[in-house]
Amino acid sequence: MAGKLVYFLLLVVVMVAMPVYSEAQDNTTTMDNSTENDVPKFVTTKPQFTEGIFPCSNCHAAMTPNRQRRELSFHTEIQLNHAKRQRWCLDCHDADNRNVLKLANGDHVTFEESYNLCGQCHGNIFRDWKTGIHGKRIGYWNGDKTYYLCVNCHNPHSPHFKPLKPLPMPAHPQDVTKIKSTTSIEVDGRKLYIPVYEK
Amino acid sequence: MNRRNFLKTAALGVGGILLPAKDSPASVWESFFQKYYREMNDKEKKDVVARLEKEYEEKYKKHIKVKTNAPLPKVLYGYGLDLSRCVGCRRCVYACVTENNQSRNPQIQYITVLQFEQGEKWVSDLEESNKYYNPETVPAPEHFYMPVQCQQCEKPPCVKVCPTQATWKEPDGIVVVDYNWCIGCRYCMAACPYNARKFNWGEPTIPVDEINTETHYLGNRPRIKGAVEKCTFCIQRVRENPGRYPACVEVCPVGARKFGNLLDPESEIRVLIETKRVFRLKEELNTQPKFYYFFSL
Ligand code: SF4
Ligand code: SF4
Repeated sequence: MAGKLVYFLLLVVVMVAMPVYSEAQDNTTTMDNSTENDVPKFVTTKPQFTEGIFPCSNCHAAMTPNRQRRELSFHTEIQLNHAKRQRWCLDCHDADNRNVLKLANGDHVTFEESYNLCGQCHGNIFRDWKTGIHGKRIGYWNGDKTYYLCVNCHNPHSPHFKPLKPLPMPAHPQDVTKIKSTTSIEVDGRKLYIPVYEK
Repeated sequence: MNRRNFLKTAALGVGGILLPAKDSPASVWESFFQKYYREMNDKEKKDVVARLEKEYEEKYKKHIKVKTNAPLPKVLYGYGLDLSRCVGCRRCVYACVTENNQSRNPQIQYITVLQFEQGEKWVSDLEESNKYYNPETVPAPEHFYMPVQCQQCEKPPCVKVCPTQATWKEPDGIVVVDYNWCIGCRYCMAACPYNARKFNWGEPTIPVDEINTETHYLGNRPRIKGAVEKCTFCIQRVRENPGRYPACVEVCPVGARKFGNLLDPESEIRVLIETKRVFRLKEELNTQPKFYYFFSL
């Protein structure tokens, strides 16, 4: 009899505690979510799309997605040199909505916020990028900044830097007086002057 | 001629050589008797700025604004350069020349990009490096690059040796030059272990259409023959509020250059000092540069 009473009391205690417990669980999940959504929205430069390619739905809307990993017969100019053996197009591009990118958890991000996609694998670099140690940002050191997107500097399909032509070397001391004039050249959309030497 | 008369004539003669001619324009007299920048009050600064702007207008047929912004409170500028990223493309060199109205001919450049062979014993051996590299493309295989410019030392040897105190360290850490007070003795150049100071051997020339008209008295205003100049962390940009990043920071295509306030724990310069491997050039000289080289890889 006493055994039964104890059993009953225990049952009551469990019943009362149950909602409290599940509520506590709910709390943790929301908290988890909020930390994950906490990646602030950065002011970034625009992603560079190939002329006439974006929005992708222009062409893809009329096509049935083929999820098969295969050699593409279109987009052949794209060289996939980015962990080629581990992935292919649909790991980053969404099969059903080509105008957005897809995270590993299935969520969508726009091309403007592609850093969230890159940050999935490159966590350390993403952390450095957010604080401004990695990558390029312009604007005000104590005010508003524009962050360069990862894809402004790295080609996402082939991320290694392309070699660059260096600007002219400084004049040798013996040539200092041989500068005749200067001429302007366009470098990455900026006008820069370079010296012209006497022959 | 007795001694007294000799001295009198000599004094007159010397005075005659040193002083501007009687019929020189008033502005020449004014610039000759211009006060030391650090001793000018606001009114005097305004007058000097007005005179300079007028002179520049006559010379370049363009309005050139000369600012005299004072240091911002609670700011100590610091610079970072990521040696794992720099590819030696020299974009920074030319952006600096354009921003800071450096003479194109004779050539003056504040930034020197040094090339080293990988594995070379380097930091202690700067003289072994090569600044005259010119391959088709950079980075050249098996090489790495280290740009050097003014390190804005906390204990600047250049300031110490200047006989006229024409150069000094500002409260925000920038080492500046009053070009009108500089007598061109170049002691500072001999004292600088980083080869950061440049001398105007000839009349500086800048193509008029390339002049940057936003200038600071202590920075990129047009210079004169016989004066020493140097990187000022783009004082005309960084001392605005909010202040822009220096020109070399913004141009670097690989984002190797970092800039911020050493007194602000949120600033990228502080974060990088605290989280990366950093070093300062020629640390053993106790110059205490505010320029931090770092490795992000
Ligand atoms: S622009 Fe950047 S990558 Fe190019 S030489 Fe200067 S610091 Fe190095
Ligand atoms: S901070 Fe400004 S002045 Fe100094 S090297 Fe860079 S561009 Fe030139």
